[in-house]
Amino acid sequence: MQDLKTHSEFMLPRRKLLTGMAAAGAALAAPGLVGRAVAQSGDVIKLGAPFHRTGIGAAYGRWYERTAKAALAIINEQGGINGMPVELIIEDDGTDPKRGVEAMEKFAAEHKVDAVFGHLFSHVVAATAPRAGELKMPYFLCSEGHALAAGAFNRYTFQPCITDVKSQISSMAPWMSNNLGKKVTLIYPDYAFGYDHRDNMTAAMQAQGGEIVASIAIPPTETSYTRYMPQIPFNTEVIYHVMVGPGVLTFVKELGEHLGSQRPEIFGFIDSLEAVALDIPQLDYLEGTYFWEAMPRYAQAEQNEFDKFYREKVGVDANGASVDDAKDVSTFSHMFSVWETLFAIKQAMEMADYKGPDQKVAMLEAMESITGFAQSNEFPQGDKVFNGKTHQAFGHQNISKVVDGKLELTYTTSIDETMYPDETDYTQMSF
Amino acid sequence: MVLHNKKLAALCLAVLVLLFALQFVLSSYMILAATRILILAVFAMGYNMLMGYTGLLSLGHAMFFAAGVYASGMVTYYFGVSLPLAFLIGILGAFAASLIIGLLVLRTQTVSFMIVTLMFAQAAYLTTLYFSRYTGGDQGLTLPTSARSFRLFGQILDMTSDLTRYNIAFAVFAVTLIGLYLITQGPIGRLFVAVRENEDRTRMLGFDTYRIKLVAFTVSGTVSGMAGALYGLMFGFVGSSFAAFQTSIEALLYTLIGGPGTLLGPLLGTTVMTMLIDRLSGLTTAYLVVIGVLLIVVTLWFPAGILGTIRNRWLPWLK
Amino acid sequence: MNIAPYLLLATLEGLVQASVLMLTALGLSLVFGVMRVVNVAHGEFFMLGAVGAWICATLIPGPPAVAFVAALVLAPLFVGAIAWAADWAILKRIDYNPEATIVATIGLMYIIQQTTLWSFGPNAQAVDAPFYYTLRFPWFGYSTYKFFIIGAAVVLVGGLLYFLRHSKVGLVMRATQFDRETAQNFGISVGRVYSIVFAVGAMLAAIGGVLVVPAQQAHYLMGHDPLLLSFVVVIVGGLGSIPGTIAAAILIGMSDGLLSVFFSPTLAKIFSTLLVALVLVFKPEGLFGKAGR
Repeated sequence: MQDLKTHSEFMLPRRKLLTGMAAAGAALAAPGLVGRAVAQSGDVIKLGAPFHRTGIGAAYGRWYERTAKAALAIINEQGGINGMPVELIIEDDGTDPKRGVEAMEKFAAEHKVDAVFGHLFSHVVAATAPRAGELKMPYFLCSEGHALAAGAFNRYTFQPCITDVKSQISSMAPWMSNNLGKKVTLIYPDYAFGYDHRDNMTAAMQAQGGEIVASIAIPPTETSYTRYMPQIPFNTEVIYHVMVGPGVLTFVKELGEHLGSQRPEIFGFIDSLEAVALDIPQLDYLEGTYFWEAMPRYAQAEQNEFDKFYREKVGVDANGASVDDAKDVSTFSHMFSVWETLFAIKQAMEMADYKGPDQKVAMLEAMESITGFAQSNEFPQGDKVFNGKTHQAFGHQNISKVVDGKLELTYTTSIDETMYPDETDYTQMSF
Repeated sequence: MVLHNKKLAALCLAVLVLLFALQFVLSSYMILAATRILILAVFAMGYNMLMGYTGLLSLGHAMFFAAGVYASGMVTYYFGVSLPLAFLIGILGAFAASLIIGLLVLRTQTVSFMIVTLMFAQAAYLTTLYFSRYTGGDQGLTLPTSARSFRLFGQILDMTSDLTRYNIAFAVFAVTLIGLYLITQGPIGRLFVAVRENEDRTRMLGFDTYRIKLVAFTVSGTVSGMAGALYGLMFGFVGSSFAAFQTSIEALLYTLIGGPGTLLGPLLGTTVMTMLIDRLSGLTTAYLVVIGVLLIVVTLWFPAGILGTIRNRWLPWLK
Repeated sequence: MNIAPYLLLATLEGLVQASVLMLTALGLSLVFGVMRVVNVAHGEFFMLGAVGAWICATLIPGPPAVAFVAALVLAPLFVGAIAWAADWAILKRIDYNPEATIVATIGLMYIIQQTTLWSFGPNAQAVDAPFYYTLRFPWFGYSTYKFFIIGAAVVLVGGLLYFLRHSKVGLVMRATQFDRETAQNFGISVGRVYSIVFAVGAMLAAIGGVLVVPAQQAHYLMGHDPLLLSFVVVIVGGLGSIPGTIAAAILIGMSDGLLSVFFSPTLAKIFSTLLVALVLVFKPEGLFGKAGR
């Protein structure tokens, strides 16, 4: 480096510059070359975690990472999996489909991990799942998408711990129509995630003898919502809203300004308010409204020991916020799936006595043979039924009411209410 | 045909031999990365035709890349068209798009040109979202297994095989490199450069500069779209993020780093940037800062990029 | 709901949007008019203003109105300082080359975004409005704070116009815009004028951000839309024309509200984007601008 300082960089002789560039090129390529040499050792289980560290999913990614690390610490304390320590390799995918695929390839070909888990956003999943199949990489989703259970993916892709959107909605609809009303206005983001809600909710309400009186799609980039409010018909009995993205506080406030105290019942999907504190003035209007939650964010009066254990290990207080910073609210209704998925992977690997990538197929078959999980420290969200044919889990769903700026559990669905007929059978596919 | 600039021809040939040989040396992950680099390099080379050689800085090339992605991906998805044919349709789609857009945007210049291309690309991006019933919107379309292999000259080519993909990408890259060599080093290329250096003088010499620019624009858009079609078909996914602003910036960045107006600059720029981001993304989330800093550093101190700087100082034939 | 209240609501919303747009776009337009460069990081200055308002609200105790007033002063100063530094460190050194400036400010945009993500975090943050009262119409309610946004924007824009017309700095700015060389011959330090203009442009965006945040919220990616809309306004208004920009802000703000009554909002955005592109292609001086020089 001394040379660089004595010469002005513009005076560098050509050869030196070229060798310098060649060296830089080699340095860039080197980790890949080296990676091949060290990846042979099979005495550690490596799990690839493509988290949304940046981009639109960053709020989720942060908490997914935190939860994964907490669960991993427990697994390793308990002696790892089949006597091998478990190592986590995290890549940022920028919540971008292209980068998601790249991360998958990197996990498969460079890090040579045993499985990949932790994708959430459905467009990233849609791009990555096919590559996972081609690379023959076990791929565990912590999403909510229905595409997997609808048969769009492959035998390598599983969603073992979080219920899909179709189940979530169809299990809530009966409660909604019985307790809140039958004339529903839907407000949802104008992209694939929103259409899932529109289509499933429309079908589910019609099955209950209800009716969708208006269906309002809002572009995801929108920052002001008042002008959509007039589309809410006066005869609406229930407003069902799911507004993912940073605009949700504005949405709620403007909904409040528009409707005032003469409001219909309001039922929301907690995705709108993940990582957002509920007890802020901007959300006052939600007092007395209802939310779907996968796992109650606020510790309930009859909190069980599993919930307590889980919160303590992840570092989340009774209000679902970080123990270090009460304003740092978690994505409580999603991140449990990362925790549980790690234990599901552990269970499948132990069933197959998994020692290394040669036994991937055995591990996947073990996974398919699992019929469910019992509520425990490993599965704090609750009991689950796992369908080995559709690779999809079914679990209890919760309906909570906002009381004094906190969510109070009102109703928990049975698992039966979340079930629907199989739409595919992955076990018929080859590996 | 006379071969102009023989030194560059020799270098290109050497690069092609090297690229072909890489598949016997590199680790399997590097092969995957190299495949992607080759495809994106084709995109950047297309971009370079316009930005580097003709001096027109577009901020909307994502729309041509996406035109290739969607045209080829959707015919495969909906009509089961075989991959080679879909690839051609993708190229054709990008050709049509770039011709029509070119006719309009070339009426503007410099800053207006940049903004107009940006606006058209933005409209194209929103269109892919608006017609999500057909395009799949942001969630995109995943090509079915039947579209992951094809038969060509009696051979079944499997797109899930890493080496097959690398060689296909290599072949397309090689054809593009040779084609662009012939264009840029020949009389047409000199006209492009003449427009870049002094459009008024070129016009006064009796050339129809609008037409020259239109040719450059169309070639540029078509090559970019070819890269898009290849990308979509190779990786089996079609989605609106290909049409987003970020994609346009990537082409600009690769070209700027490598050296605008040099034939091999885009390849070098793509390689450096892709590997840099690839290495960084495991370590930190700072790659956007890295891109940002690089954009600024390059405009401040190396407006000619890596190869451009070398050309200006030592190797004038490197163009 | 009947069409009349519907239109009333759309008009009110349009006015609010037009007000914020006016401030943000004027910043962009001023920079373009005087310096002949396009600042792609403009939306990030808007975002920084909003984030600044949140920081003030978090750090300053007492009623929200105090923090809000402090934010109205401090956030633009902070953003102006950043812009000044960027001008000194980058733009001056590339000699305000129009194309290089676009590329460099794209770089600046990424840096600001990512730095904000690190320090401010990925979550959307709300800021209390300085006052909170909902005006109830027979058909719907409407936040009075939004009327305040309209009022504040009108006052600020009026002040800016006065400043440009009647102050010495304004005169120097206009002189530089009109003819850079001659201005230089008259002893005007063009370099300093550029620094001031760039900082003022950024501050206008920041004020827009501060004003908007009690009605919406701060988020690190929020700069994207204001940037595109400001582009639209500046172009339709005629690049660099201040009265044109104001007229266009009102037109675009209002029509965006009204269009989405009749069309899908995404479709409305496609139309308005294409409209801008076609305006630039066929009428490059803008709908309200004079013929270019």
